[in-house]
Amino acid sequence: PGYPLIPNRAHSHFELGGRMGKTQDSQVEERPKWDNKVQYMLTCIGFAVGIGNVWRFPYLCQIYGGGAFLIPYLIALVFEGLPLLYLELAIGQRLRKSSIGVWTSISPLLGGVGIGSMIVSFLVSMFYNTILAWVLWYLFHSFQEPLPWSYCPLNENLTGFNEECEKSTPVNYFWYRETLNITPNIETSGSLQWWLVVCLASAWSIVYICFIKGIDSVGKAVYVTTTFPYLVLTIFLVRGLTLPGATDGLAYLFTPDWEILKNPQVWLDAATQIFFSLSVAFGGLISFSSYNSERNDCERDAVLVGVINSATSLYASIPIFSILGFKARSAFNSCLERNILTLTNHFEFSDQNVTLENYDQWYNHLNEKFPDQVQNLNLRECDLQTFLDQSASGTGLAFIVFTEAVIEMPGSQVWAVLFFVMLFSLGLSSMFGNLEGVITPIRELHLVPKMIPNELLSGILCLISFGVALIFSLGSGNYWVEVFNGYVGSVPLLIIAFFEIISVIYIRGMKTFSDDIYLMTGRRPNIYWKACWLVISPLMLLVVLVAYVIVQAQKHPTYPTWNPSYELFPQTEVKDYPDWVFAIIVLLSSVPVLSIPLVALVRLICSRVKRSSAAVDLNPYDNSTFQIEVQEQRNPKA
Amino acid sequence: MLERVILLLCVLPVLAAQNCRPNAPEGHKVRLSIKTALGDEAYDWNENELFLFQSTMAYAMRRLKGQQFTVSNIVVCNETPRVSFWFVVTSPQDPSQLVPKGEVEEAVRKSRNRINQAFMLSDSTLEFIGILPTLAAPVEPPTPTWLIVFGVVMGLVVAGIFILLMLSSVQKKRKKNKIADEEEEDEDEGTRVQTPENGSTRVDYYNNSFADDERFTHM
Repeated sequence: PGYPLIPNRAHSHFELGGRMGKTQDSQVEERPKWDNKVQYMLTCIGFAVGIGNVWRFPYLCQIYGGGAFLIPYLIALVFEGLPLLYLELAIGQRLRKSSIGVWTSISPLLGGVGIGSMIVSFLVSMFYNTILAWVLWYLFHSFQEPLPWSYCPLNENLTGFNEECEKSTPVNYFWYRETLNITPNIETSGSLQWWLVVCLASAWSIVYICFIKGIDSVGKAVYVTTTFPYLVLTIFLVRGLTLPGATDGLAYLFTPDWEILKNPQVWLDAATQIFFSLSVAFGGLISFSSYNSERNDCERDAVLVGVINSATSLYASIPIFSILGFKARSAFNSCLERNILTLTNHFEFSDQNVTLENYDQWYNHLNEKFPDQVQNLNLRECDLQTFLDQSASGTGLAFIVFTEAVIEMPGSQVWAVLFFVMLFSLGLSSMFGNLEGVITPIRELHLVPKMIPNELLSGILCLISFGVALIFSLGSGNYWVEVFNGYVGSVPLLIIAFFEIISVIYIRGMKTFSDDIYLMTGRRPNIYWKACWLVISPLMLLVVLVAYVIVQAQKHPTYPTWNPSYELFPQTEVKDYPDWVFAIIVLLSSVPVLSIPLVALVRLICSRVKRSSAAVDLNPYDNSTFQIEVQEQRNPKA
Repeated sequence: MLERVILLLCVLPVLAAQNCRPNAPEGHKVRLSIKTALGDEAYDWNENELFLFQSTMAYAMRRLKGQQFTVSNIVVCNETPRVSFWFVVTSPQDPSQLVPKGEVEEAVRKSRNRINQAFMLSDSTLEFIGILPTLAAPVEPPTPTWLIVFGVVMGLVVAGIFILLMLSSVQKKRKKNKIADEEEEDEDEGTRVQTPENGSTRVDYYNNSFADDERFTHM
């Protein structure tokens, strides 16, 4: 019936694995399982597809010559992303443990890899949920008519608009002042912004309610959180393509600039983008696949998740750039209309004689006839390219650029609500993976007594994370989010992934791993997978890691600040990080990674100390274990 | 005496005309953008519309000062195709006297809405150069809208958490009772299964495991 001919060793291990689960029923809770395959796939896809697919990939595509960027991106996907993804899903499904358990099973010295994943997941979940809190804040405000970021508030004596808002734009003012109430630099902490604390509490509560029953509730929540963004993206696609100026944006995005491929920075960014986009090395994917049955085709799953993740990035960039093109064209038209008004007023032409269409002819004609008058008018240079170049990624894209575009669209509230709900769903499904990467290892490390139910553990974790994340609701919160985003979610992950691939392929052994895969999927990994795992992926990871560190280390890290008293305000003032922040940065990047050598050292020392005492070697291939188990089985029933 | 009166009558319009010129000390410039405001329904600017303007300004001055301003007190000059012109206001008692700029501004501010309405224009399309419109404060509802939405969402979430926790604790209690019952059954079964030889026991276990997995592998 299609069952493979399993070699004897694996056969007996498999029996043990199956049976052990049953006999330990009365002693240990059964490992949770997915209700069906769809839930598992949706959860993995939801974890991989996050806010970054919407606000990082289109930006990279744009600055790196549109269509040409797809080449390094796809190469990175095929040679780095998919092998890593397959590796994680396969090892989790085979060893049926969370990240710490898996690495400890391969070798007790490798427990640090799992601990590193856990720490990174914890740190990332804190600042990621803060971003979701900001999304919630904007979502709550999207129900207001008119949208609060479309107008400037009046100043105290009601004679004019607020000065800070006048100098910059209402959208910028709403983001930096009314949402963040940002301080001029990272040293000035400011106070807790109560409205952000409230939004943060709601974000954590929503995450908690979805995670309350572990994967039972998560599995149901992902039916909505993973599929809804696709629906919204389609709606935006249809709406975006019908807006005037959409074609400008799309042409700008996809026009390939082949010269850009010579720049090594492009390849580095493509590799890092694929890597962070797939959410490998967080430990969440290992946990999710460990809840699968062992006879699951994880190769197909991995390829599917990887391809869907990249396809979503591409799909999302189309409506985003149609709308950005629309925004550029609107800004261009406003610029022209301001010039037209100036000309009409000065030369006293009849109203609406000079229009957008004949502006150029009029301008040339007037410039010939009255050059000095035209010069004195100080007309603004209106160039569509400059407006198209005003791109942004990250929070800038979502909260400044996109919100500005939404104001111009008819029916702004609807589009704003849809957009922010989509961002929230995207982030929420990624949060599930982050939390999973923290909670299950805690359970496996036996850090908490077993009698504490899962609901309580999740609740405590959410509460602690909320408490620590209150830093991000201070006046300087945004600066701290950038610090965490730049330094926690980058180098440590690369190092952990490198150790993961080395552990599985070289320490566990390519042969054993091939056997594992044969057991699970019924076929051995082909030459492509083997080549990638053995040589290409570790090499690529190493090169990317080294290049990344070199690029970062070349200059003293700086950050942009919003300082109303800056001379060139509203431009952001770029400042150096002070020394104590730099120390924190180094700490954040190194603590997750330090656990790898530390744990190895501790285990080595412990094992040398314990070598004299007869230790039960928990090697399942060892028959003595089986005998011990059989005796234990018999005892309660005797 | 009669000659002086005739002279005065002839000079007055000239005086008035002299007073009204671009950048006159007590003059104001007005600019209308009718096509921008009304599009297809734009009306043409002609003498009648100008007359309407003069009477509206006279009305505004009357409202402010209570004196009997008439259309002839509003002197208009320098009309352009833009539709812009200058105007000065003369005092009703003494046509050679101009009303000071400040008072004209006050009158315009007071009756701005009525003046706009007369022409179906707004503050931005009917401009009095130098007289800034007072800004309308944005409407603030008593409870900020976002707090209402937040209240609804949080209410649902907290209720949901509460319900789910209650449900799970109830389920756990039921499970504990069930397990207590099942354990008694299991012990009876266990003794029955163990009596055959080891080989067939292993076959039993073997079969069960595979059967379980078959259930979970299919979607």
